[in-house]
Amino acid sequence: MSVSVRIPTQLRTLTGGAGEVTVEGSSVGEVLKALDGAYAGFGDRIFDDNGGLRRFVNVFVADEDVRFLDGLTTPVAAGQTVSIVPAVAGG
Amino acid sequence: MDFVSGLRCRECGRAYPAEALHVCDFCFGPLEVSYDYERVAATMTRERIASGPRSIWRYADLLPVSDPMPVDLGAGFTPLVRADRLAAELGLGELWIKDDTANPTGSFKDRVVSVALTKARQLGFKIAACASTGNLANSVAAHAARAGMESVVLIPHDLETAKVTMTSVYGGKVISVQGSYDDVNRLCAELTSEQPTWAFVNVNVRTYYAEGSKTLAFEVAEQLGWRAPDHVVVPIGSGSQLTKVAKGFEELWKVGILDEEPSVRISGAQAAGCSPVATAFSEGTDAIRPVKPNTIAKSLAIGNPADGWYALDTIRRSGGSCASVTDDEVIEGIRLLARTEGIFAETAGGVTIATLSKLAAQGVIRSDERVVAMVTGHGLKTVEALAGVVGPTATIAPTLEAFAEAMEQEGGSMAAVPDGRTR
Repeated sequence: MSVSVRIPTQLRTLTGGAGEVTVEGSSVGEVLKALDGAYAGFGDRIFDDNGGLRRFVNVFVADEDVRFLDGLTTPVAAGQTVSIVPAVAGG
Repeated sequence: MDFVSGLRCRECGRAYPAEALHVCDFCFGPLEVSYDYERVAATMTRERIASGPRSIWRYADLLPVSDPMPVDLGAGFTPLVRADRLAAELGLGELWIKDDTANPTGSFKDRVVSVALTKARQLGFKIAACASTGNLANSVAAHAARAGMESVVLIPHDLETAKVTMTSVYGGKVISVQGSYDDVNRLCAELTSEQPTWAFVNVNVRTYYAEGSKTLAFEVAEQLGWRAPDHVVVPIGSGSQLTKVAKGFEELWKVGILDEEPSVRISGAQAAGCSPVATAFSEGTDAIRPVKPNTIAKSLAIGNPADGWYALDTIRRSGGSCASVTDDEVIEGIRLLARTEGIFAETAGGVTIATLSKLAAQGVIRSDERVVAMVTGHGLKTVEALAGVVGPTATIAPTLEAFAEAMEQEGGSMAAVPDGRTR
């Protein structure tokens, strides 16, 4: 299933400048792994040494923080958008 | 001329130039301003500070931007008020209130916005923007007007009326978002990637913006005769202010302005309806679990605090504590401060005073400590919180008899007043 992923400025050097890309996957984890497969180095930037999301990386599915859902196992349905957003903002 | 040597990632240590960057390209960690402290120490003296303006700009040597004509409405140098009556109520000794309600738009946000927009203008930005729980919105709209910049302010749809009016009046764009503050913040974090020519003060200019909060510590130390307090109580929204207050005291020592090395316990204050940092503190964990806020303290209603982890770390390292208080306690905190010291705070100030009260009752804040409580916003911004709680003592006909009757019903010393009337 094709999923649309919004890419923040900080990672656009890896996507050739694209702010939105399409990959295959049915969960957040699969989508992010697919990104790493498509764009070398992507995984190093968003995953920590234990394979979890880095502390300052937020991922949203249909604008909901995956930490309120099921983290990396959160399912992604057809037509939903996944957003990768730097956590350090606001306040 | 400023003394900034560059930006550095707090997580992985990578260095960056002093540009409009707020997170590390590699690990997404927050960037922190680095200064050449040796050069600051060689320049900054108590006399130099004393001869500066009565605003945050008297501490320009430790701010991330230097400009002879900053974007300025007069933020800072607010009163530090000795609070003996409040101290007596709480069983404390030397207690001070840092009254940041006295800022130009009524909150501490004027400190950070003055710094952020001065830097943004220097970096060439023409449009000021932000995600806000209200106080920041007020301040960005006002300072942008002052600077002749356009502004685009994004707020959650359910803010207090005064905060919306106090933002809209300045003529910039105000976008009310159907969602929580965390939704607004996520939207702005995404917008920053799409609108790189806008200065989102608390996103892409956040590194500089946050530094403005250090001036709270600088002023407290100066107003105490260049001594640091023993204990400071700071409200926690994003957690940024708390970490910067700690940094402020450390920097004054580092550049030789203080005679004694500060040892300041820093305690955090949160509302029970949005207490991710207080919860992590009491559970003894490092992980800040985000929450969906539900509190009248809307200016602190950040369920996913960007600096939560650093605030927690600062509190623990300093030997301070962190507590949360219910909405009823917040209202009682507002009334207690008003009744004892004549200062009317917004709900966030109620959170601070109620937490101060709680930690004093627990013996965490001690009567032998010199204590400062940060009261960061004006009560006129959140009058809704007191609707039905306070109001007229009596409503009467315009006659002496009616007045006398009302006073009698009220009892106390004023009941005798109308007795001398002539018939």
